[in-house]
Amino acid sequence: MNVQSMIEQHKNKGMKKFVEKLMPKLLFITALVSVLATIGIVFTLIFETFEFFRRVPFFDYILGTEWLPFSGTSPSYGVLPLIIGTLKVTGIAIVVAVPLGLAAAIYLSEYASDNVRRVVKPILEVLAGVPTIVYGFFALTFVTPLLQEVIPGLKIFNAISPGIVVGIMILPTIASLSEDAMSSVPRSMREGALALGSTKLEVALKVVLPAALSGILASVVLGISRAIGETMIVSLAGGSTPKFDGEITDSIQTMTAYIVQVSTGDAGYGTTIYYSIYAVGFTLFIFTLLMNLLAGYISKKFREEY
Amino acid sequence: MVKKPIVEQAMQEKKKDLKVITPSEKASIYKTENLNLWYGDKHALKDIQLDIKQNEVTAIIGPSGCGKSTYLKTLNRMVELVPSVRTTGEIHYRDRNILDKSYQVEELRTKVGMVFQKPNPFPKSIYDNIAYGPRIHGIKNRKILDEIVERSLRGAAIWDEVKDRLHENAYGLSGGQQQRICIARCLAIEPDVILMDEPTSALDPISTLKVEELVQELKKDYSIIIVTHNMQQAARISDKTAFFLNGEVIEYDETDKIFSNPADQRTEDYVSGRFG
Repeated sequence: MNVQSMIEQHKNKGMKKFVEKLMPKLLFITALVSVLATIGIVFTLIFETFEFFRRVPFFDYILGTEWLPFSGTSPSYGVLPLIIGTLKVTGIAIVVAVPLGLAAAIYLSEYASDNVRRVVKPILEVLAGVPTIVYGFFALTFVTPLLQEVIPGLKIFNAISPGIVVGIMILPTIASLSEDAMSSVPRSMREGALALGSTKLEVALKVVLPAALSGILASVVLGISRAIGETMIVSLAGGSTPKFDGEITDSIQTMTAYIVQVSTGDAGYGTTIYYSIYAVGFTLFIFTLLMNLLAGYISKKFREEY
Repeated sequence: MVKKPIVEQAMQEKKKDLKVITPSEKASIYKTENLNLWYGDKHALKDIQLDIKQNEVTAIIGPSGCGKSTYLKTLNRMVELVPSVRTTGEIHYRDRNILDKSYQVEELRTKVGMVFQKPNPFPKSIYDNIAYGPRIHGIKNRKILDEIVERSLRGAAIWDEVKDRLHENAYGLSGGQQQRICIARCLAIEPDVILMDEPTSALDPISTLKVEELVQELKKDYSIIIVTHNMQQAARISDKTAFFLNGEVIEYDETDKIFSNPADQRTEDYVSGRFG
């Protein structure tokens, strides 16, 4: 028995060659589908947005401080109130999620025993899997009443409650990705610092944290971009009153919440209101795109070689 | 058998350079008494008795897995990073038992520096690497730090190579340079003892030579304990040598004696290259 001759017998040259030639083409087509889908979405957005700007002047849109599309007599389409609404919620979410997420990441990567980590990390990741609609009614029916006990004059719809809950929603993203970044800092670096007489906290804050900075910043930016795009929580608990001010105890409206309001209402096809959701969607898209670019830039700029 | 002539040659070179000092002249820095250590159920160090002298280079040799690195890491309690570790016995460092739970490890490690097998600079600038130790111990004055950085880098014989690039990342340096940065980082807090865990095993021959020369230079001011796989290195640079086998100290004596006329047959077999 000669193995080489058996291999020779089993060789089906024609078929093999055909498959080898076909597969790259099939794989290319599947790759193309996702690219085309993205291009298609962007084009629809641009096309319909363009239509909107034929009705509403561009500068009235991006510099206007009044968003009153449903006013029958004098509708106005200044997007700044919606952007402010989004920024209020995102800002509060960051204030909640970044300190808590980083603290959790430092605990998990530097202090927790293997057993604790094995239990806590999956639980944290389950939190990331909770549907946002659940977070939404959690904000409206639990967090808001709780906050009203503490903050007198807090309206039923406000920016604080959805802000906090969006923060809780992005917390696992920040904690988990930051923990990954910190855990991948080599052990030898911690040993080097400990051998110089550092305490555990000094090792965590002065060696591990700076070494993992690019991963940590990227996780924060990813969290922010999820907060900006968050829809259900702000629609349920934020209200629908776009306002250009710094008030966070009163009803607001974010870009996403406006799109929901119009999409679920009965704005007729071809009306200015109908086109406005594309313009707002496009604005939102610019924001998240900038965030993604920022994340990419940060991971390059702050990457520590080790 | 092949190794012996080289070892002898190294010994002769060394005799030319160094005068041999008898043990009685020097004070003890580490006195180890009945040290036993377990990793879980594995008995890694057995009844170690060693008296290590000040301002000498003490080499620890032995085959892989003999406990030599474990012993070294016990001297600054880095061994405690392994969760399952358990010890009995005493190690007196300048007359205080460091295995006593009341002994602060941070305090011990400020006095006892360590250089690792693989260079492990922090992913920071060369300057920040050296200044790290002084900074965490409260030295913030920029001028004083500048001075410490220069002195430490000079002490580690790398100042001339890096003085124009102090603010570049230490990872841009070669392996041998990185290791000398790690030695400089250790010198920056002016420790009493320097532990070296196979410091040249990841380096090329020229870098190895530089580090060896440095060790000779440093022993004027520091007590150095070095674990090495390389017997010629032990013969070249150390005053005393301890031979470890299966977690026990088989022989501990003047380096010259260990390599030329060992008392124990197993030492003889090891240093002549019959096993290990």
